[in-house]
Parts: sequence; structure tokens; C-alpha cells
Amino acid sequence: MTRAFTASLALVFVAGLIGFDLANARPNPYKAPPAFALGSGAVPTGGFCGALPN
Amino acid sequence: MSQAITAGDRIDDVPGMGLRRSGLILVGLVLVALVGLFAGARYGMLLLVGLGFGIALEGLRFGFAGPWRAMITRREPSGVLAQLLSIALVSIVAIPLLASNPGELVGAQAPIGFAMVGGAFVFGICMQIVLGCGSGTLVNAGSGNPVSLLALPFFALGSFAGAYHLIWWTDLGSLPVLTLQGTGGLVATLALLAVAAAIILWRAAPGVPRLNRRHAIAAVVIAALALGNLVIAGQPWGVVYGLGLWAAKAYSAMGGDLAASAFWSAPGSAERLSSSILTDYTSLTDIGIIAGAFGVAAWRRGALAAALPGYPARAWIATIIAGFLLGYSSRLAFGCNVGAFFSGISTGSLHGWVWFVAAFAGAFFGIRLRPLLGLEARS
Repeated sequence: MTRAFTASLALVFVAGLIGFDLANARPNPYKAPPAFALGSGAVPTGGFCGALPN
Repeated sequence: MSQAITAGDRIDDVPGMGLRRSGLILVGLVLVALVGLFAGARYGMLLLVGLGFGIALEGLRFGFAGPWRAMITRREPSGVLAQLLSIALVSIVAIPLLASNPGELVGAQAPIGFAMVGGAFVFGICMQIVLGCGSGTLVNAGSGNPVSLLALPFFALGSFAGAYHLIWWTDLGSLPVLTLQGTGGLVATLALLAVAAAIILWRAAPGVPRLNRRHAIAAVVIAALALGNLVIAGQPWGVVYGLGLWAAKAYSAMGGDLAASAFWSAPGSAERLSSSILTDYTSLTDIGIIAGAFGVAAWRRGALAAALPGYPARAWIATIIAGFLLGYSSRLAFGCNVGAFFSGISTGSLHGWVWFVAAFAGAFFGIRLRPLLGLEARS
């Protein structure tokens, strides 16, 4: 068995994840934020590993 | 992470290689365009940034766990110095940007506490056991490393569980968030980085390269991508949040109740749980890293044809446990080598420095544990 098999499994994992997620939640491009946060005037709201919930 | 792309790679050496490489570029650009079109321009650009991270990390063999191991075991400073250089380059731009745009950009700033220090220490151990950190696990999985591929889903589960229990852990005791801000903060950050580099150079073995060209290039490229992440997303480069979100979504889809978790039931978390991962910043860059690393592996002649190494059963069990602990500990530590060390220090958070010291101390133990757990490949 070669790394082609395991690397392909990684891609299948990612594709499956996106497919599973799209079945439950669809993005709406009409509600998308501006392309760049810098200069947008909007407060950042993304999830981050350093952030506490409050 | 395997061999670097070299100028000597001739695409006409192998039949169909040129077509394959053109196809890889085309597929990458189409994916970015599709996400940009159907989710939004910001999301498409963040996927592109993630692909860039994956290509740079795998293509230039740049990482975190490997260079720490090289410094500790062989006293080779190049990789660690490149990390510090990259952090310095980001901080020169990021800290002033954060000071002048506080309503639009946020740093990777988090409190120092008992659980944070312990989490970083455990992360340092585990990243040496599997020889993959936050970004390294994604890169290695994408390029076909079976240990990282197995660790990845357990990393995600650990990240989810760590966030689930995060408030309990932080209640054990934390300081307020301490940051180095503005011009004084930038000068202090650069001075501390210079001190860290001086210590590394002092401990380096005589005669080994101090900072090789490949690492220097990688430092500049990674810094540019990290700044792109900050300017586009409004927040620094991170890895672990996205992995935990994937597991939380799976748990929720299977009927799991997240109401008991202060973290996952908070309004911000609830909103992201109900939204597409194609609109979550760290998910997009994580996906991009895996795909980018795969692209580099497929680009190289023979990289995917390499036989998989053999490991004893205890190595696979250790990988599962270490993978879970990587995710769990990195949530308690408010980030991994990327979110806490790289992004924390480069955006002026003192927790990044404490993370660095604690994780580096843990790495000494992890390096000793790795062969005992059977993770040095037999063939």
C-alpha cells in the first residue's frame, strides 16, 4: 500500500465533510461579508481558538 | 512533509506529468472560484490562503514539530529561527494594524492560566509523539502520512471536547488577557523574539547552518499568508477551532445536545453551528491546508508512490490518544502552535510566549516517548 491511498483518504474525508455539511447548511452569498475585513467597518465575528464564548 | 519542489523537476520526464500538474492548478482555482461564487468572495479568498499555507508548508518542508525536534535532538536551529523570523515579520505589520483598526481586526489574544499552561505542555508532548502539530497534522494527512491521517479525526474530537469543558478549566484560575500593544508592544515583541533567537543560536551545535535559504523563504511566504488571513478574515490564522466545529456539527447532527456546554451553546457558537463550514474562517484554511499539501504531494514525481511505513499496534493506539489530546489540550491552551504560538505572539498576546515555553518543555518528553510508543517507522 502506498501514500496515494492515504492521501486519497484525506481528500475523501474533506469531500465527505463538505458534502455532509452542505446537506445541513447552505451558504448564502448574498449575505456574505465584504471581501476584506480591513476597511469594512464591521466587527470581526469569526470563531477562533483563543476566544472565550463571552 | 517530504522532499521540496526543486527547479530540476522536469515535467517531461514522466508521461502525463504536465497534464496532471495543469489539472491540479485548474482544480484548485475552480474550487476557490466555486466557494467565492456560492459562499462569498471573502470565503473564496480564505480558501486560497489555506491552499497557499498547505503548498508552502509541504512544498518548502516548513513546520513546527520537526524543527523543534531538530533543535532538541541535533541542535539544528534553522527551522526554529525561521519560525521566529516569520512571527517577527507578521508582528511588524499586524501589531500596528491592530492598534489602528481595533473595530475591524482582532488579535489571537487569550488569558494565561493554569489550564492554559498545562494544555500547552501536553500539546508539546503530543506534537512530538505524532510528529505533527496543528498545521502539521493537516499537512501530513494531506500528503498521505498514515499517522497524521489517523490522528486527524481524534484531533477534531479532542478539540470539540476541550471546548465543551473550556469554562470549567479556565475557572481553575486565569489572569486577565495581557497584551503588548502599539509601538511599545511591537518593540517589546521584537526584543523578546531577538532574545529567543539568541538563546537558540547559543544552544545551536557548531558548524550547522543557522538559517538555511529554504527556511528563510518559507518564513517570508508564511508571514505573507498569515497577514493575508488577518486582513481578509479580520482575525489571525488559526487551526483548532475549525476542527472542533466539525466534530460539534457531527455531534449535533447525531442528536447530541450542546446546551450543557457554555462554549457551544453561546450565541456565536450556535450561529456557526447552524452555518456552513464554507463560511467558517478556520475551517476554510484547514481544508485549504489539507488540499494544498495533497496538491504538492501529487505534483512531485513519486511522492505518492512511496510505500507506507509499518508500525506496531501500540503506535496506532498512541496515535489515537495523542491525537485526541492534541485537540483537547490546544483548546485549554487557547490555541496550538499556530493559534497560540505563531498568531498569539505576532499579535502581541503574552499567552503566546507562555505557550511557547510550556510546549517546548513538553516537547522534550514527547521526543523521549515517541520511540517507546513504537512510532519510529520500522520499514
